[in-house]
Amino acid sequence: MAEVQAAETRAGPVRFTRDGIRRGALRAAPMLLGLLPFGLVVGVVSVGRGLSLAEALAMSALVYAGSAQLLALELWADPAPVLAATLAAAVVNIRMAPMGAALAPWLDRLRGLRLWGTLATLVDHSFAMSMAEIRSGGRDAGFLLGTSLVLYVGWIISVGAGHVLGGAVRLPPGHPLFFGGIAAFAALLVPLWRGARQDLMAWALAAALAVALHWLGLPQPLPLLGAALAGAALAAWQETRAAR
Amino acid sequence: MRSDVLLTILGMAAVTYLCRAGGYAIMRAKRPPPFLDAMLRNLPGPIFMAYVALALTRTGPAGLLGTVVVVLVQWRTGHLSASILAGIGAVWLLDLLPDLG
Repeated sequence: MAEVQAAETRAGPVRFTRDGIRRGALRAAPMLLGLLPFGLVVGVVSVGRGLSLAEALAMSALVYAGSAQLLALELWADPAPVLAATLAAAVVNIRMAPMGAALAPWLDRLRGLRLWGTLATLVDHSFAMSMAEIRSGGRDAGFLLGTSLVLYVGWIISVGAGHVLGGAVRLPPGHPLFFGGIAAFAALLVPLWRGARQDLMAWALAAALAVALHWLGLPQPLPLLGAALAGAALAAWQETRAAR
Repeated sequence: MRSDVLLTILGMAAVTYLCRAGGYAIMRAKRPPPFLDAMLRNLPGPIFMAYVALALTRTGPAGLLGTVVVVLVQWRTGHLSASILAGIGAVWLLDLLPDLG
């Protein structure tokens, strides 16, 4: 504890410098490799759903949340599903709410555009890297913006590339490339798995309920969101009961 | 740009920003009650699970096999790109095979 305090006084108060932004950007660059396939998939799927390049790019630049975008495309219809996609985005992205709170040691020192602008770019990877930086005594909040900005630019470029690619080869519906959307979510599930005791019941309930509600004829996004909320509630119930 | 598409994008963008910034604005002052906190933390798994389950009802056996391949490759290698490509490859291969039924 004394060591941590000493390190903090040595490093001084929280700053927000161009150097910090550059350091974050450099640290995030290798992450682009992991982001690229996901962006390509979102681009290809958005062609399949009839989105123009401008629409796909606007969604990526304004929403900037891969899972929410892919989920919205899953629910896509004509006319565009305003309510369903908005609800789905809220449920998928609510996971980011606790992230901002966890970054308070940095964010509390920022004001105005630096604070609210940095928050606009927050994503899972920049959060994880910044938490690691905070824990190792990093005092430059620019680091968070640097990591996020690199991923932001990479995201828009990879979605655009996927759209151009998907449009150029004119994929028929049901083409294997569209499986990329399912593949991305299935792959994301693997690192989330904490073991059967914590996750098996909740995940199985979510899968079974989604299919059951769909078969009962409920319109999207009710099967998806109902199942997800029920699964999360079951996991939360198991967790809070175990804590007692 | 079509107005319905624009409206959808703006709706998604608004709630997403609320999640990003609102979480900091609200939770910094007051932590949510334990059950809600646990629910928020446990949402990603069930939501992706529900998505994959719903999608697999449409793709049939090829999609199921592709999903198994994705999970195995992701588990062994930890590489998102490798697992997505392997899954697409498996589905593609099954697509090329003559009807097994």
